[in-house]
Amino acid sequence: MQSIIASDLGTPERKSGKSISLEVNGVQVTVPEGSSVMYAANVAGMKVPKLCATDNLEPFGSCRLCLVEIDGRRGYPASCTTPAEAGMKVRTESPKLADLRRGVMELYISDHPLDCLTCPANGHCELQDMAGVVGLREVRYGYDGKNHLHEQKDESNPYFTFDPSKCIVCSRCVRACEEVQGTFALTIDSRGFDSHVSPGQMQPFMDSECVSCGACVQACPTATLMEKSIVEMGQPDRAVKTTCAYCGVGCSFVAEIKGNQVVRMVPNKDGHANHGHSCVKGRFAFGYTTHPDRILKPMIRQSIEDRWKEVSWEEAIGHTASEFKRIQAKFGRSSVGAITSSRCTNEETFLVQKMVRAAFGNNNVDTCARVCHSPTGYGLKTTLGTSAGTQAFDSVMDADVIFIIGANPTDAHPVFASQMKRRLREGATLIVADPRAIDLIRTPPHIEASHHLQLRPGTNVALINGLAHVIVTEGMANDAYANERCEPQEYQAWKDFVSQPKYSPEAVEPITGVPAETIRGAARLFAKGPNSAIYYGLGVTEHSQGSTMVIGMANLSMATGNMGREGVGVNPLRGQNNVQGACDMGSFPHELSGYRHISDAKTRELFEKEWGVKLDAEPGLRIPNMFDAALDGSYKGMYIQGEDFVQSDPNTQHIEAALRNMECIVVQDLFLNETAKFAHVFLPGSTFLEKDGTYTNAERRIQLIRKAIPPVAGKADWEITMDLSNALGYPMQYDHPSQIMDEIARLTPTFAGVNFEKLDKLGSVQWPCNDSAPEGTPTMHIGKFVRGKGHFVLTEYVATDERTTSRFPLILTTGRILSQYNVGAQTRRTENVMWHEEDILEIHPHDAEHRGVIDGAWVSVASRAGEIVLRARVSERIQPGVVYTTFHHPDTGTNVITTENSDWATNCPEYKVTAVEVTPVSKLSVWQEHYREFTDQQEALLPGKVIRGQ
Amino acid sequence: MKTAVYVPRDSSALSMGAESVARTIRTEAANRGVEIDLIRNGSRGMAWLEPLVEVSTPKGRVAFGPVSAKDVPGLFEAGFVKADAHSLNLGLTEEIPYFKNQERLTFARVGITDPVSLPDYTNSGGFVGLANALKLSGEQIIKEVTESGLRGRGGAAFPTGIKWKTAYDAPADQKYIVCNADEGDSGTFSDRMVMEGDPFLLIEGMTIASLAIGATHGYIYLRSEYPHAERALNEAIATAYQEGYLGNDIRGSGKTFHLEVRRGAGAYICGEETALLESLEGKRGEIRYRPPLPAVAGLFGKPTILNNVITLASIPTIFENGPGFYKNHGMGRSRGTLPFQLAGNLKRGGLVEKAFGITLRELLYDFGGGSYSGRPIRAVQVGGPLGAYLPESQFDTPMDYESFTAVRALLGHGGLVAFDDTVDMARMARFAMEFCANESCGKCTPCRIGSTRGVEVIDKIIQNRNREANVELLHDLCDVMLNGSLCGLGGLIPYPVLSAVRHFPQDFGIARNGK
Repeated sequence: MQSIIASDLGTPERKSGKSISLEVNGVQVTVPEGSSVMYAANVAGMKVPKLCATDNLEPFGSCRLCLVEIDGRRGYPASCTTPAEAGMKVRTESPKLADLRRGVMELYISDHPLDCLTCPANGHCELQDMAGVVGLREVRYGYDGKNHLHEQKDESNPYFTFDPSKCIVCSRCVRACEEVQGTFALTIDSRGFDSHVSPGQMQPFMDSECVSCGACVQACPTATLMEKSIVEMGQPDRAVKTTCAYCGVGCSFVAEIKGNQVVRMVPNKDGHANHGHSCVKGRFAFGYTTHPDRILKPMIRQSIEDRWKEVSWEEAIGHTASEFKRIQAKFGRSSVGAITSSRCTNEETFLVQKMVRAAFGNNNVDTCARVCHSPTGYGLKTTLGTSAGTQAFDSVMDADVIFIIGANPTDAHPVFASQMKRRLREGATLIVADPRAIDLIRTPPHIEASHHLQLRPGTNVALINGLAHVIVTEGMANDAYANERCEPQEYQAWKDFVSQPKYSPEAVEPITGVPAETIRGAARLFAKGPNSAIYYGLGVTEHSQGSTMVIGMANLSMATGNMGREGVGVNPLRGQNNVQGACDMGSFPHELSGYRHISDAKTRELFEKEWGVKLDAEPGLRIPNMFDAALDGSYKGMYIQGEDFVQSDPNTQHIEAALRNMECIVVQDLFLNETAKFAHVFLPGSTFLEKDGTYTNAERRIQLIRKAIPPVAGKADWEITMDLSNALGYPMQYDHPSQIMDEIARLTPTFAGVNFEKLDKLGSVQWPCNDSAPEGTPTMHIGKFVRGKGHFVLTEYVATDERTTSRFPLILTTGRILSQYNVGAQTRRTENVMWHEEDILEIHPHDAEHRGVIDGAWVSVASRAGEIVLRARVSERIQPGVVYTTFHHPDTGTNVITTENSDWATNCPEYKVTAVEVTPVSKLSVWQEHYREFTDQQEALLPGKVIRGQ
Repeated sequence: MKTAVYVPRDSSALSMGAESVARTIRTEAANRGVEIDLIRNGSRGMAWLEPLVEVSTPKGRVAFGPVSAKDVPGLFEAGFVKADAHSLNLGLTEEIPYFKNQERLTFARVGITDPVSLPDYTNSGGFVGLANALKLSGEQIIKEVTESGLRGRGGAAFPTGIKWKTAYDAPADQKYIVCNADEGDSGTFSDRMVMEGDPFLLIEGMTIASLAIGATHGYIYLRSEYPHAERALNEAIATAYQEGYLGNDIRGSGKTFHLEVRRGAGAYICGEETALLESLEGKRGEIRYRPPLPAVAGLFGKPTILNNVITLASIPTIFENGPGFYKNHGMGRSRGTLPFQLAGNLKRGGLVEKAFGITLRELLYDFGGGSYSGRPIRAVQVGGPLGAYLPESQFDTPMDYESFTAVRALLGHGGLVAFDDTVDMARMARFAMEFCANESCGKCTPCRIGSTRGVEVIDKIIQNRNREANVELLHDLCDVMLNGSLCGLGGLIPYPVLSAVRHFPQDFGIARNGK
């Protein structure tokens, strides 16, 4: 079922420079060349009956309802598959057409249950609509003929049902799975009257290759594929357009609601980042918003051994303010700080850092980008002049060579991965650099990387230098481009640097483990282009040389001329929905919004004037510094908005010790997360469905989120921060987040042209958005780089200190999977756990055999930082010597074993390289035992819980 | 000198025991010390005489048939190798009226030569057409094809020259030639006979087509139930590669054409050109909508000439003897010859290549010899399972595309299936609809559901359940299928069904006016 507010032009809009005019029912209409007659008729305002056609899928021509008459043509062509031609005269209605359409409907209904009144699609069923449109009054075939009315329902998927008895075999689901999602999980099995939709090889949906993106459910015109939420709750009656709160793709969604209950989330066809597509998380995993674990009342306590006490908002805010004042009076102005949330809106993030700078009077603010894409900000700013990706997602449709480095798009950025796969099906070639065989390495029937650079974790910089070496020494660099657009002397110095024998593929092979010939092949392909685009993820940044690698990629793209147009660029696939925005909004201890350094007096002055306070010119504490300061006793109070670093940051035990040493930890969140177990104040936050604001996705696209339902706990997150600031004595007064955005625009040149009204009208804008780019900037660095000349920086490879030893002979690297999101606080509270109940350790068969590890058995993974126990999966996805796991479940404690090593420039932790040993065990680790005990204890301290033993 | 003895390797002969006949002849000859040269030829197309064994004599080839293995010793006794008298002796093959009265252009070589012998082929005019075509530009080749008046022999009768021109005009980096050899119509076998009996002819025709549009690859999509044709084609293709008639430099011309046989998926619908292309691409055999035409976006989305076996096999003749020669045969807009295939209840089934214009009656009686059962012929289905049933009153219709259209019938691929007066035409209508239900790809609604409902409606008519209303419903359904179906399967099945109702209402228990 399509969104209840969707319009449907029947066939896709065609992009063509040429327009043609034709006549439909006497009405003149002009459409792009290549448009269908159906599209033209719809544009002319003439609805043609249809079932198999829908405008996000290529025409198919199977239902035969959309037949029309065209002057000078024989018969009754299907309007969906007939291209509109100049001067055509089309009739969409005639007595003959009416007979034929009624005849077709009569056939459909002769094999369809007549249970409309009790059918979940009732009210939004296209088959029902068409029966009405064509005026079907009787089914002369009767209902005793051959039929599918007794086919069994498949309810295996947690989110939707498949009821083949209602299927009209229009293939919209099959085509959506192919064209939109690119998974090819569905097919039509058998033929003739027996034709039927089959997931995989006639399997239940859950056992098939289905990734539950929901494209098929959205495409289904009947109740054959139907959300279980609609089956249970009935049809939604209102719709609110908003933006997904999961990953950095930033899919636009329509929240469909009944009363104050969200019935379902449907991807918005007008969404600029997703074009009507979704993944299992955004589409279905919103059940956490109403999960009973949500904490809905403010709570306080003196120590973490105490029971939580529910209090009023006033008391909670007042208590927090007085604690922070007390701490600052006792330990100094710098003894408190805050963490902004990459899950919250730009406006909320902006307010938190404003409060820190204006009310706390220091710069102790940081954000989770510290632990993910801070090297991106540093590296791209240094080389190009902007701390963000260079392209829009749509740019990939112009790429000839796609180079993925340290990213797993089909799991972590699935909607963009689908677009990428579409481009690959069109013929673009793919290079992947990853220690692990991600799905894009080979996914039948259409996806196969031409080169898999399966490098050893931690050797990215050696690899990129090796690639550059081939391109430079084989004369494939674009000297004309680089000399014109970049500093020529620096460029020459870089060429000399990468040409050194130590970076030849043969010299790099023993370091990276990638065969020299593979490096050469990939380099040649990348240089040949003509449009080569780099997409990368945390496999680039979360290393001791994360920033160096970002610079290395920028160097490579500049040297090959792959910057400043469609189809090229260096593109970070950012993790969180608003991590780009959190960075943009001045969440860093050294930067104000728009990446302006706090030490810059002129910038400070601008803010001081607007805010009416004096700002500290010294950068504040970064997250790891905060923990260190907490341990040495100089950092005592912390306001944490929507962030769970106890689970997400490295070396858990170090963080736990730091938090135990603090006096007032304020956690503002939906759930009692891992960090909240160490907190003294809990302020219940709001979900993305409960507030207004904006998110900025990985392509710098600013999009609105709109309040679908009121905040369940009473306040939107920005209101809480505002209240706290007021209680601290620094006045803030906003009636709506749009006013905060207006302030951001006043203070931030790259946001100067952004306001809610414009976002509402245009759907989205990509920053920079200002007078010279009033509708935003999809592609950066056209004509010249933002910093002026592109800046080549030499990227010496320095091996990480984290080395394998006889005690820790394996390297652990971490990642994520499709169904779970980050620390899992949300997705673990949805049916998504059906796909991923626990974190699993992937280990190569050689390493497994050597250690007596069998598939499915418990293993201990120990590093110098700690030890955890989890289940092993013996898999050839991972190379020998490397093991892999995820960090979605807190009771796994993956970050207990990751270390304090970090990027030299930004302190981004080296999550991707930890030396470990794996051994078969039969019980949990000491930390895990302790964790369970502590969690039980903390949960028992919640109001309304009976304390065990009493 | 050794005597040449011919035993066909054609499926029709093999199905009648030709293999054991050949084996026995070889053994008998050896035992008797008779020196013979046993040649496995194609079939002459006189199916009722198969296995038809021929012996070459100075006067020509003498036919014996039908020969069974147990006849062989007797034949030797009677001086068979000297073509002496025997009850199975049919005289000179060429003088058998059934054969003598044909106009064999496309089948000129079939039954006469060893199908996989390249010398046999080239000694009888083979590859002359190719040599001529190699001297021409693509445009000139297409002009000659257009001038010949050749129309597609698969059934649709689309002018071949126009199809080729369309593929020629479509710009692309790669073009293809695809031969539709998924011959699946009931009562048809001309494609098979030419592939088994003269495979080089098809290779030559396809190669000329490739020259016309600059295609470098070709595929023969072969019916899966044609193992003998597959063997013959692959043998001939291998020889053609060896001798430079296929490959990267065809006869030193610098032109490239690669050809391979792909075995079909075993579905009737895969004989429909777009479903064939889907199947050839490795997908489910499902109809594609048109436009784009395969000539513009065919195999793997590239411009593709997709022609039937007989169409492509007609090409060498045109280039050997000139378009005028070919065009001089036939009538009206139907130029050249059509290999008619006589089947069903006929005394003399087989292949009759004649110029267009011969009447149905001539084929049925002069060639076919009337019904096998000796009873009057009541109906003939022409053009395969989607063709109309013609009653005796229409037997004088000339075999010509337009004349058939005028009587709401199809010439199709030229297959004839005859029925005597014991036939129940209501059952035949039901059979036609059931065929459609069995073979429908399931893509479009009129065919997918309509064909199954059609069977049910005809059953109700036969059972006299609400007969009048159901006859009306059958007409309405046929109208929806005819005008609404995506391809010719659902779109043409009303032809046999409604022709049965129209010409034989009494079999449905209704009067001529449908009441």
